[in-house]
Amino acid sequence: MFSGFKKLKDSLAKTRDSILGKISQIVTGRKLDDDLIDEIEESLLKADIGVAATDRIIERLRQLAKEAKATDSDTVFGILKDEIKKILESNRKSLMGNGIRPHIWLITGVNGTGKTTTVGKLAHYFKNNGKSVMIAACDTFRAAAVEQLAIWAERSGVVLVTAQSGADPASVAFDAASSAVSKGIDYLLIDTAGRLHTKANLMEELKKIRRVTEKVVPSNQIFSKLIIDGTTGQNALSQVKVFTDAVGCDGLIVTKLDGTARGGIVVAIAQELSVPVDFIGIGESIDDLEAFNADSFVEALFES
Amino acid sequence: MFGELIDKFDEIFKNLRGAGKLTEKNIKDALKEVRRALLEADVNYKVVRDFIKHAETEAVGERVLKSIEPGQQIVKIVHDELVRLLGEKMVPLAPIDKAPTVYVLCGLQGSGKTTLCGKLALQAKRKNKKPLLVAADIYRPAAIKQLMILGDSIGVEVFHLDNAKPPEICSQAKKYAEKNFIDLMICDTAGRLHIDDELMVELEEIKARVAPDELILVADAMTGQDAVNLAEKFHQRLGLTGVALSKLDGDARGGAAISIRAVTGCPIKLASIGEKLSDLEPFHPDRMASRILGMGDIVSLVEKAQQSVDLKEAAKLEEKLRRQAFTLEDFYEQMQQIKKMGPLESILGMIPGMGKALKGVQIDENGMKRVEAMIQSMTLEERRNPHIIDGSRKKRIALGSGNSVQNLNLLLKQFSAMQKMIKNVNKFKLKGLPKGAFPFQM
Repeated sequence: MFSGFKKLKDSLAKTRDSILGKISQIVTGRKLDDDLIDEIEESLLKADIGVAATDRIIERLRQLAKEAKATDSDTVFGILKDEIKKILESNRKSLMGNGIRPHIWLITGVNGTGKTTTVGKLAHYFKNNGKSVMIAACDTFRAAAVEQLAIWAERSGVVLVTAQSGADPASVAFDAASSAVSKGIDYLLIDTAGRLHTKANLMEELKKIRRVTEKVVPSNQIFSKLIIDGTTGQNALSQVKVFTDAVGCDGLIVTKLDGTARGGIVVAIAQELSVPVDFIGIGESIDDLEAFNADSFVEALFES
Repeated sequence: MFGELIDKFDEIFKNLRGAGKLTEKNIKDALKEVRRALLEADVNYKVVRDFIKHAETEAVGERVLKSIEPGQQIVKIVHDELVRLLGEKMVPLAPIDKAPTVYVLCGLQGSGKTTLCGKLALQAKRKNKKPLLVAADIYRPAAIKQLMILGDSIGVEVFHLDNAKPPEICSQAKKYAEKNFIDLMICDTAGRLHIDDELMVELEEIKARVAPDELILVADAMTGQDAVNLAEKFHQRLGLTGVALSKLDGDARGGAAISIRAVTGCPIKLASIGEKLSDLEPFHPDRMASRILGMGDIVSLVEKAQQSVDLKEAAKLEEKLRRQAFTLEDFYEQMQQIKKMGPLESILGMIPGMGKALKGVQIDENGMKRVEAMIQSMTLEERRNPHIIDGSRKKRIALGSGNSVQNLNLLLKQFSAMQKMIKNVNKFKLKGLPKGAFPFQM
């Protein structure tokens, strides 16, 4: 169990109370029959776990009911946890770094998922772990995005590379990467503008940022990280697919997990696309960022 | 918009239409598929359950089984049910008839409030009203700056106040607006979670102090099952007057729209469909339902066409089509008309059945430019009688337009195919075609 478990548990508490936590109430003291399975299915779907993952879990429960094996609430509960854990663990391994400086993290995502905030938190996180950090402000499109990032950089005390509003984001990335190499920086975080994955020209711009950065450092030092809004539904799958096609995806960071009914989409993504989650964002202050851990995540989801 | 949901329905109903006879079983199977499609579109679970139950009772009735086209009948039932869920009629925003009329926007972080504020201000300005933007987000770093840059870019004044709480800022802004003959005051509030009690109290206070004419929840169209929770909470505490859906230009399947409307009863008044400040549309539930079902949004298309197509030109063209005297010259003019209507992708999406046909196809606007250049390089005579274009003319045209002869050949071939098609259409009379919406091969 990692240190932030309590905090994660607290923030996911709302999810548990409203949705998955209900499963323990539903299950307790009842026989595993069709009615109960329907109710469990409802709870899973309501948590954004997705139709495919839900079908998989429900299928397992139906089989169990048929075999009429031990179907007390503890067993049912154990199986639910087990299945979700299995889905999460089937992910390919997360790539956070390989020890060669600088590690360049390309932070991408659709509009309003919390990229800039996450970059701020990541800078703080790495700095606290004794790494040197630099941020590149490549969102030259949205009004005041650079100013917003400057405030975060100041809070965590890291170097910020900027350009004028409207400048080519790829040129900012190039400058920042060159500077990170010459200064021997450990982590360079590139904040990009939000873009809907359906806008082909904006996705081309993103590819260009990666291409240009690869002129400074080898491709295996660049890690594409996609930010997913935790309130997003099944559309997140489409986001992951398209961003992966464009610039690859070495890991996800799921934000805004401090509200209600959150996090289920993580399971849906793991089931269908097998992309790992690196971090989760659980609040607005600078240290509200947790490394993702499947065990703790599932435990926290079901803890009563 | 709603693209993937439309695809799913297309598939389901193609199968249903294909079935010669409907049985209780294939209705149930089809509805099961509808259920899955809706769930995958993030329509709230409860809403889906009610929807299916209702549609099933309607569909399994004798009336449907014995009707001549049972498949169509089911499509109609599902369509009507969707329209009902999306809210039957379009509900407009409160008119800007007081000085000042007040709109307050609220929502979760990153739902697109600030951008929508800018869009509303620009819209008001275009109607010759004087808008004022109020920066009431004092929490997010640089939020005020963002609004000021936005206001600057569209020439709209931004009201902000240092060291004051948002309710105070809004009520000061209202006083300022009254004194300065502002027609519309738009308050941009901070993003907040619906379970954040402190910030919800703040919104209640803002509401009490400025008595808004519109209190709008801005919701991300990509929101999952939680859309209902958050809309309900905001509505319970604040009594929303409407909902605006943002980021509808992505490939979100639109379940959030259906759920929010169905559960809170709050009308969806606005659809925000792009990052440009002019990308704002009223929300038409009936058209949206048709679109979800793949029937296309012909009404919107015709409206758009009417805005930009010269009606006299269109009549002339129709006459020509009837006489089968359609030339490359007309084709070129037609292209110019279509270009005025906006990006090709969004226009084609409104044509029934096109959503599916175009899936994954990147519309090449450059292709259109190439065709234009080639036609421009032809003499008038050549445009009217393409058959006179021989090898040497082809060389000249290709050189003049910077194209290869192959490209030119392709254009000529497509054009002649089109002329043939027009002949066939003429046999069935042209009445059915909407004016100005001439389908051409790209």
